[in-house]
Amino acid sequence: MADFAIAEWLGPAEWQAVVLSLQVAFVAMLASLPLGLFIAYALARWRFFGHGLLNALVHLPLVLPPVVTGYLLLIGFGRQGPIGGFLDETFGVRFAFEWTGAALASAVMGFPLMVRAIRLAFESIDPKLEEAASTLGASRLMVLLSVTLPLALPGIIAGMVLAFAKAMGEFGATITFVSNIPGRTQTIPSAIYAFLQVPGGEESAFRLILVSIAVSIGAVLVAELLARRATAARVDRP
Amino acid sequence: MTLHIAIKKHQGEFLLDLDISAGDGVTALFGRSGAGKSTVIKAIAGLVTPDSGYIQLGDQVLFDSASRTNQPVHKRRIGLVFQDARLFPHLSVLKNLLYGARFSDGSVKRTDAVAMADLLGLEGLLGRKPFGLSGGEAQRVAIGRALLSKPKLLMMDEPLAGLDQARKADVLALIERVRDVVGVPILYVSHAREEVLRLANQVAIIADGRCVDQGVPDALLGGGSGTGLARTVRARLVMKNSSDGLSELALAGGRLFVPQVDAPLGWVLQLEIAARDVMLSLHPPEGLSALNVLACQITELRAAGANPSAVDVMLACGDDSLVAQVTRRSVEQMGLQPGMGVYAVIKSVALAQTSGAMTMVDA
Repeated sequence: MADFAIAEWLGPAEWQAVVLSLQVAFVAMLASLPLGLFIAYALARWRFFGHGLLNALVHLPLVLPPVVTGYLLLIGFGRQGPIGGFLDETFGVRFAFEWTGAALASAVMGFPLMVRAIRLAFESIDPKLEEAASTLGASRLMVLLSVTLPLALPGIIAGMVLAFAKAMGEFGATITFVSNIPGRTQTIPSAIYAFLQVPGGEESAFRLILVSIAVSIGAVLVAELLARRATAARVDRP
Repeated sequence: MTLHIAIKKHQGEFLLDLDISAGDGVTALFGRSGAGKSTVIKAIAGLVTPDSGYIQLGDQVLFDSASRTNQPVHKRRIGLVFQDARLFPHLSVLKNLLYGARFSDGSVKRTDAVAMADLLGLEGLLGRKPFGLSGGEAQRVAIGRALLSKPKLLMMDEPLAGLDQARKADVLALIERVRDVVGVPILYVSHAREEVLRLANQVAIIADGRCVDQGVPDALLGGGSGTGLARTVRARLVMKNSSDGLSELALAGGRLFVPQVDAPLGWVLQLEIAARDVMLSLHPPEGLSALNVLACQITELRAAGANPSAVDVMLACGDDSLVAQVTRRSVEQMGLQPGMGVYAVIKSVALAQTSGAMTMVDA
């Protein structure tokens, strides 16, 4: 088992950070996808009051210092915070100092990248195709499912990969919001940071750096493959 | 199935203000680009909402500003073929053809798509993606796709505009076939007279957002040069190079003499005879400078469009038809009525300058 070999090579603390990072990144990517699709579609296709404001808001995590974003999350989603308190009492969902918080922080930080890629994909679709679909009897929802989303697929994949990669590397907001607790909130970047703080931790840090590079390259390759396949589906193969 | 439209729509400075009816067969909306034809089509399809008025197809009210009715596009069941084919790039030709089927009553099956492909000459293309199709092929797929959505009305918005001459002829022939085989009422938007004359049995002429005239294409658009009403007749060249430089042409009702024609003997030529170049006589004329006299029968008398003092007299001359424009007074003085035999005195004949001007006919 390759998994096993890597686990052996990494040592338990490092392995834990890798697994947690992957979990956090996947959850962050998948959980933010529905909202990302919706907001990207709204920004691409609808003209409404507050369009510019929403656009600015979505892009905010990209320009704010990550520490500020993390701190704002802590205020809002901490157990004493208005949203965090409500979610804890009603659904028993906690974010502060939990891996779910790491996922939330990563999702927020990756959101602008995801929305931007998906929005561009929606904008590049000719609305005339959607008109044609509706004259053929497709309701708005069916137009979305059978024409818009399939045509936007390469862009959606690109957006997902960007969000995933961002989540794998997120550091500032995560460490501010959920701290750096091994096994609970310590993702690869936090672990690297932690290892570099202790004498003799360079070796562990270096191994995690290699894993980090491998995962990033892997994500980009997979995305490229999927996007190419989605685009190639529009051309006849000999 | 009758379509009634009476709508108003402001678009900036432009005002569309129309009142049109269309029945079975092919109704053409004819006019220059920018006259508002496409907006009418979009309003009927539901892609544009008129400011006021109503649109009714058969017993179905599609839009009525008075009762605030506005059926959504996908419920109107009106097929629309656009100037650009607008095929779905991620679906094969077959899946494009069947796209509308999943939203209709479920009666359209794969076999229907295959049959449609046969009708449209797309047999070999079903598995292909739209990406590599030629313009003509794509437009044929678009027509098939619209038809397979089982529309109550098929609308075509300049479907030939993006095609070269050869493809145009192709697709035009195909639309004729669809008209004759499928039998769905068609609303055809075009700025090309030949297309309208060939396809439509009714035409509404649109200019500056208004319908300026509605009627039979032959009557409104004439047969030829566009200056007025005319008919095209076919005549065989029986003699040329006579000593006085005239060529002789034979047609069912008589002979015509025209300035020397440069074509082989026996060829059939298309001639264009304008309504105002035809005079009528009750007797075989004598002592007249005109050489060309054809014996005809009156088939119909018709008010001549905008001119209240003129009458269009439709004539049958063997298998050919002619039209003469005479004054209302002449009709009364001569007692012209359908069924009467008359002599058509033709002042001038033009060889039709269309691509099909001279056609060999196997005899």
